Amino acid sequence: METLEFRFKAASATPAAGTALCGVVGSGNLEILIRPGEPADTCQVSVRTSARGFGRIWEAVIGEFAARHPVGGTRIDINDMGATPAVVSLRLSQALGDYTGGAR
Amino acid sequence: MNAPQPLALRRSWFEATARARLQALLDPRSFQEFLPPETSQPSPHLAVLDIPGAFDDGVIIGAGRLDGREVLVIAQEGQFMGGAVGEIHGAKIVGLLKRAQRDKPAAVLFLADSGGVRLHEANAGLIAISEIMRAVLDTRAAGVPVLALVGGSCGAFGGMGIVTRLCSAVIMSEEGRLALSGPEVIETVAGVEEFDSKDRALVWRVTGGKHRYLTGDCAALAEDEAADFSRVAAQLLASWQEEGPSLDALRAEQARLSQRRARFAGLRDGLDVWAALGVADPAQVPLMDRDSLVELKKGLPQ
Amino acid sequence: MNAPHPSGPGGWDTRRQGRQRRLERAAAIGLGRIVPAARVVDLLEAVIEPGDRVCLEGNNQKQADFLAESLADCSPERLHDLHLVQSVLALPSHVDLFERGLARRLDFSFSGPQGGRLARLVQDRQIEIGAIHTYLELFGRYFMDLTPKVSLIAAQSADAAGNLYTGPNTEDTPAIVEATAFKGGIVIAQVNELKDSIPRVDVPADWVDFVIVAPRPNYIEPLFTRDPAQITEVQVLMAMMAIKGIYAEYEVKRLNHGIGFDTAAIELLLPTYAADLGLKGKICTHWALNPHPTLIPAIEAGCVESVHSFGSEVGMENYIAARSDVFFTGADGSMRSNRAFSQTAGLYACDMFIGSTLQMDLAGNSSTATLGRITGFGGAPNMGSDPHGRRHASAAWLKAGREAGGADAIRGRKLVVQMVETFREHMAPVFVEQLDAWKLKESMGMELPPIMIYGDDVSHVVTEEGIANLLLCRSAEEREQALRGVAGFTPVGMARDRRMVENLRDRGIIRRPEDMGIDPRMATRDLLAARSVKDLVRWSGGLYAPPARFRNW
Repeated sequence: METLEFRFKAASATPAAGTALCGVVGSGNLEILIRPGEPADTCQVSVRTSARGFGRIWEAVIGEFAARHPVGGTRIDINDMGATPAVVSLRLSQALGDYTGGAR
Repeated sequence: MNAPQPLALRRSWFEATARARLQALLDPRSFQEFLPPETSQPSPHLAVLDIPGAFDDGVIIGAGRLDGREVLVIAQEGQFMGGAVGEIHGAKIVGLLKRAQRDKPAAVLFLADSGGVRLHEANAGLIAISEIMRAVLDTRAAGVPVLALVGGSCGAFGGMGIVTRLCSAVIMSEEGRLALSGPEVIETVAGVEEFDSKDRALVWRVTGGKHRYLTGDCAALAEDEAADFSRVAAQLLASWQEEGPSLDALRAEQARLSQRRARFAGLRDGLDVWAALGVADPAQVPLMDRDSLVELKKGLPQ
Repeated sequence: MNAPHPSGPGGWDTRRQGRQRRLERAAAIGLGRIVPAARVVDLLEAVIEPGDRVCLEGNNQKQADFLAESLADCSPERLHDLHLVQSVLALPSHVDLFERGLARRLDFSFSGPQGGRLARLVQDRQIEIGAIHTYLELFGRYFMDLTPKVSLIAAQSADAAGNLYTGPNTEDTPAIVEATAFKGGIVIAQVNELKDSIPRVDVPADWVDFVIVAPRPNYIEPLFTRDPAQITEVQVLMAMMAIKGIYAEYEVKRLNHGIGFDTAAIELLLPTYAADLGLKGKICTHWALNPHPTLIPAIEAGCVESVHSFGSEVGMENYIAARSDVFFTGADGSMRSNRAFSQTAGLYACDMFIGSTLQMDLAGNSSTATLGRITGFGGAPNMGSDPHGRRHASAAWLKAGREAGGADAIRGRKLVVQMVETFREHMAPVFVEQLDAWKLKESMGMELPPIMIYGDDVSHVVTEEGIANLLLCRSAEEREQALRGVAGFTPVGMARDRRMVENLRDRGIIRRPEDMGIDPRMATRDLLAARSVKDLVRWSGGLYAPPARFRNW
């Protein structure tokens, strides 16, 4: 297991739900928990992953997500069981959608 | 024939996450989670073993309404470690059942999806399972029915198979499976000649929802859709009458099961059991839809 | 006046004389038209000569497996230096022929599971590979310079006269038999059974010299069955993009799909997502396609008018027979497939090919060749190419042509779409600077790298990151950045020029899901019309009978 911590500058998110949780810690999958965080222009991310050595890709995937979407003022916690970047991006979109747009 | 509706979005219970099942099962916006993920910690036992945990430790507990009735709910997440019961997981379930004994909701809905004890947590998991068993019986004794809903990818096996049968009633979909020892366990212990766990059709024929329904182990059969589990559970609750567990009732049940065991001894396959139950063409059973099977059961000799 | 042509040393009919000689040798050892299985080696040793060009019918599905094993059992002293010309090299016995010294040279299309053994034989110099062809190319050469002397084929049944019924898997048989029988060759058929009368005549008796009832039915591989249970949410998302961003925009009516889970996802979204977009009847009405079980819901929902098939698929027989408006079937009710004609349809009569690959380089060249395996590509290169010979117009063809060549374009363009997730299993990137095919070329001493689909034929690339429209690119640099722009977090994708990629996005050359109005939250498996093989059986009204390994009931 590896624990990774990132911080990204991003435009502020406007939450509709207090928190949002998306996905499951199953093989090739992950769970993402988004909740309000400080400061308003920063997204703090903590990743616990079963696959070691992919820190650079995690940083790129989440950094790209933070650049494309308003996720400032949030804290994102991730528990990962070997998800591919495609699955990570999809879950991030789903989690943010639930966080800012309410439950599906 | 019974082609599925092409355009309607169908929500499969078998494939859904535990959270999605609860959202679809309960009345809209009625679900309130106890100990939600942001207030929980993943299992410390798994962290020691270098395995990422889940915020909710694989089980969601809370309160909601089913067709207007106040209920408490437990939903296991089969996709996280096979829904296995660890220490936190078990403590959440027991706590919810104790609350039910105090608050007396209309029912506890137990959405089982688990292979049993989480072996990584060894004795903590074993103790948790036995505590759940006692708590289920205590809840029933307190006059609160506990309905088990089984239709997830892990079914209900091992200790969770026992817990499921301790509940007031079991609702299954045909995709659900319910038994004590899992297919792989039987094959490992007794050999592939005894049971071929890779023969998925055989596994379903001896543990699946249709088999359990025909043999009377589950009270009602639901389609593999949350809306149908919701409908069937509400229907069952609407007319629910239950005497608390009594020694006489348990003895009578024990006698019934012993008789059944003697009657079906030596049968190797669900097909044989169904034939013995009076099903004219057992080979058709796996392909029948829910309603046809319910009709078929009504016509069987008692 | 010219002098009369000098005749060859043996005259003008040496092939016919040779054929006569071979038939007489068989007659001399007491073999007639119907040969007992026990004497198959005697027959093969009598009618085949060293150095012969032999076609051993290997299809995608139907295999002349008994004849292949029997040929491998022949004596290398009697039969050697054979030149095999066959489309698919799928069985271990095919490779045994080279290891045992019977055959020396090979021209083929696809080797699938034998790809690893084939590569070792090449490195050990036990085999000479003439070329790896596309199907149509190899069939073409049967009638040009690779005409078989002896063909060993498979059929379902024969009557006493020797007429053959191939059953639904006709596949390559007509092309092989025609080339052989009409150029002084010999045709030997293995059949599953001898009948007084057969359901229909697929090959007439006077094109067939010998018939053998094989001791067991010929092997048929269920190659096109994809279990919907294995389709992922990412594949659903990509399928939504393909339908909304390509199928709908180009009004693609005539098409071929590859066999992966990516395209299976599209097939299962036709009656749900595509129908909800109002596309029923507007897209995907006519197909060149094997009978994919995952197409059943679309057919049942009335989205599909016609399907012509290269071969059949195990378990689909009764369904096909009951849907003769859709599939090509004989008067007997069963399917008549034909690889040569279906490939021709795929090449010239389809507006789109969509499939997947294992690797793609920055010019859009793609390959499924991996190190240590020589597999070939079968039909994908035919269908995944823009045929310059096409003349008839369609909405899709014209729109693509104008995007590529401007408003004054004098011809249209086929849509050739590659659909891939940016990473495969074990985090292997699909997008690479250089294809493994180049290393394979070096290690195998090939003249060209084995490329499946040439980059200049590719019109669109779909990944989970979006769609790149290569038709609209105006320079090699734009193409490269368009590919990098959908290559996600692979090293190739991370090395993109951000400004240029944003510019391409502004011009609609790169489109993200949100640019197409697609909400990733909608991308769930609940959108699939069937989520299990059992769902497919239900859609078919019980007509589809999947093989045991796909059943859990």
